[in-house]
Amino acid sequence: MNGRATILAALRDNRMEPQALPQQYDFPRPEGNLQKMFAQQVGAGGGRALQITPSMIPGFLLDGFPGARVASTDSRYAPGNEDLVTVRDPRDLASLDVLVCRAELGIAECGAVWLGDQALVHRASAFITQHLVVLLDPAAIVWNMHEAYSRVDVAEEGFGLWVAGPSKTADIEQSLVIGAHGARSFNVLLV
Amino acid sequence: MEVGLFVPCYIDQFYPTVARATLKLLRRLGCTVHVPLNQACCGQPAANAGMAIASTAAERTFYKAFADMEIIVAPSASCVCHVRDHYSKANDMAARTMELCEFLVDVLRVNHLDAHYPYRVGLHEGCHGLRGLRLGASTELHVPAFNKVRQLLSMVGDLQLVTLERADECCGFGGTFAVSEAALSVKMGRDRLRDHQNSGAQVITSTDMSCLMHLWGLANRHGLPLEVRHVAEILNSTKP
Amino acid sequence: MSLPSPEIPLPVVDHAGAAARFVADEARTDWHDEALWHVRQKRDASSAVVPEWEELRELASKIKDHTLSRLDTYLIQFETSASANGIHVHWARDAEEHNQLVYSILDRHQARHLVKSKSMLTEECHLNPYLEERGIKVIDTDLGERIVQLAGKPPSHIVLPAIHVKKEEIGQLFHQNLGTAADESDPQRLTEAARQHLRGKFLEAEAALTGVNFAIASTGGIVVCTNEGNADLGVHLAPVHIASMGIEKILPEPHHLAVFLRLLARSATGQSITVYTSHFHRPRSGQEMHIVLVDNGRSKHLGRKHFRDALKCIRCGACINTCPVYRRSGGYSYGSTIPGPIGSILTPGVDLKKYSTLPFASTLCGSCGDVCPVKIDIPKQLYRWRQTVMDEGGTTLTKRLAITLIGNVMGRPRLYRLAGRTIRWLLRRLPQRIVYARGNIWGRTRDLPDAPRESFLDWFKKAS
Repeated sequence: MNGRATILAALRDNRMEPQALPQQYDFPRPEGNLQKMFAQQVGAGGGRALQITPSMIPGFLLDGFPGARVASTDSRYAPGNEDLVTVRDPRDLASLDVLVCRAELGIAECGAVWLGDQALVHRASAFITQHLVVLLDPAAIVWNMHEAYSRVDVAEEGFGLWVAGPSKTADIEQSLVIGAHGARSFNVLLV
Repeated sequence: MEVGLFVPCYIDQFYPTVARATLKLLRRLGCTVHVPLNQACCGQPAANAGMAIASTAAERTFYKAFADMEIIVAPSASCVCHVRDHYSKANDMAARTMELCEFLVDVLRVNHLDAHYPYRVGLHEGCHGLRGLRLGASTELHVPAFNKVRQLLSMVGDLQLVTLERADECCGFGGTFAVSEAALSVKMGRDRLRDHQNSGAQVITSTDMSCLMHLWGLANRHGLPLEVRHVAEILNSTKP
Repeated sequence: MSLPSPEIPLPVVDHAGAAARFVADEARTDWHDEALWHVRQKRDASSAVVPEWEELRELASKIKDHTLSRLDTYLIQFETSASANGIHVHWARDAEEHNQLVYSILDRHQARHLVKSKSMLTEECHLNPYLEERGIKVIDTDLGERIVQLAGKPPSHIVLPAIHVKKEEIGQLFHQNLGTAADESDPQRLTEAARQHLRGKFLEAEAALTGVNFAIASTGGIVVCTNEGNADLGVHLAPVHIASMGIEKILPEPHHLAVFLRLLARSATGQSITVYTSHFHRPRSGQEMHIVLVDNGRSKHLGRKHFRDALKCIRCGACINTCPVYRRSGGYSYGSTIPGPIGSILTPGVDLKKYSTLPFASTLCGSCGDVCPVKIDIPKQLYRWRQTVMDEGGTTLTKRLAITLIGNVMGRPRLYRLAGRTIRWLLRRLPQRIVYARGNIWGRTRDLPDAPRESFLDWFKKAS
């Protein structure tokens, strides 16, 4: 028997009595402003969430990242000087300074945003960039994970993720250090 | 109310005053207390050492001694926990066996005590009482706060409960663990003593004399100014 | 790596001995204990703000119950959906088969550099030495794992691999291996040095290997959680992605992730969610993606009625952080890939003799059970493993006989009273040097209570 057949046979031999799958996953939504809670959580995770108007975005990028190599996948709102579509090998993104992209969804409870293939163009871009700037419509903020998964189709794109802050580690004596391997800063612009 | 008093072996042999305090306290609270003389150890030491099979005699003895009792009360959460968790579920003996504080709060519904104990007291939460019998909410759980032992201690005149830094960390006794992992056991015990000392406790109390035996053994060896008292002794204390 | 190869029979783990050596350095023990207690406190704070915390634990436990009860069906469903997504699915009966599979994939691509993110499963399978023997350069990219890899050691904790190492020691390691200044011990600067060093490794790797936190049966995707972003950086740059996955990691549908993600990071580090929670459903264009489903004793464990719940574990490490024994004995004292309470109930199922001591490396305080986000009754399992160890001869005959004798004496009223009287008499009469002789392990460090003349029952008999 091959591995597959052996494992499945062993699992069937050791099968336990059927157990019901819970059906109820609704929890009361707390009082309060989702946008405020979201911003608070992003802050707690070491990032920042700012309310901003579309016209302020270019200025924000110029002031915050002067002289930077900026790739934007949402050129309608944010100008970039780097076109990800023309990049063939993601390794060529090693010197990318800033990625600007749009998230479809945010979660107030944990300050996370959803990014998928379309927003990233190159999956590596969100990780290899020195700084991550995410545009998010405040109306697209839901309260918790349960609501979030009812809104997002995780298999629609080949890759998607929740990002909730800058890359970080506490592996050296539990001291929090921002900027482990991925982006050194996480900026959510609520537009 | 008629109750049977189960006296854990080490209390019977080494801390008879604790058993006497329990007996008196139950009588003062209006109970008729039966003390079967044909009782022995509950069998926990062998069972926790992995040989429940060597504790079957203990289980039989327990049934025989307490067969007629409607409620069995013991001044040890750990022994009660063993009876409840590991004795045969074929009869309701286990369900009828209660730890002292649990009995006072849940059955007698005590809300007043004529006790007086003018000291700063640190409560050592015996793990088997806290997480085994759920005498209180452990710090890990997010459930409404309650604590039957604290509730009773709060009825004791002039007693001041100190606040520990780690409210319910294990003392390291752990039965045979105290010997098989002696170095760790001692380290855990000394850490608990330091917490009680730093919190200003003069006396450490608990539902379990076994934890206190371990803590006292260490405190005494190191000459620390800490006394230990079983909770029954404090609840039974009177104004001089 | 200095890991022993799994084929060599190993002696019984001496937890007590290792623990005694660990606590001998009291300052370091206190430092280790405080570091982990701090993590436990962060867990308390971040879980306390979730009003439905206890309901979530119950739900997570039930979802796992359900999934385990039809694991074969879900695995087939997962295989079908993943294959349809263009992922290659492999099945490995044991560690050896897993290692062979991983190697054959790498070999086919002529990959010589592999970047790995955290995977306790590959630790369990001793994958690194297997690949290194075959000429593959394996780089662990999680900072903590990289630190222990440079030190030639396995992780001492499943979430915090280098929790036992001091920053000065890391500074030394980095000085020798990454060329940082000799006396550098600042976490910020050391982390930056590792970032620069590992960027190069990410860019040169021909393959990336990740673990799997969750797999979704209905959609055929996997979820990987990290804070550093190292899993993603590796996977999205390399032409080949291999994911090693224990067969128990499966969940029925994507929305079940919500329950587990709300619990996982809070339990692990006190964060509301890990920085990156990546869902992989299809390889990127031009990339190849493989998932290796590994049994390695799990199907057998499922058949152990009293112990199967351990398969619910989501490897958050909360039981390890809260364990008063682990905090004071360190991860290596357990001599197993997964240390602490959860390790002590998983490893006896792998090798009962070697790990026979681990179920006893606990006071049965129960904190692990209360902190567990999927409600595994760890203390109960420790108690049951103790019974199994003793039943199956995991101790000396002398010890068995001694416990049998003591159990029978203590459980019989007459013998019990006689024994009690004799011991008290002896304690009162014997000189202190005999009472406190070397054989009295209790007495080496603790005083014995005074032995009263009369037991309570003796007194009661007279009084009534």
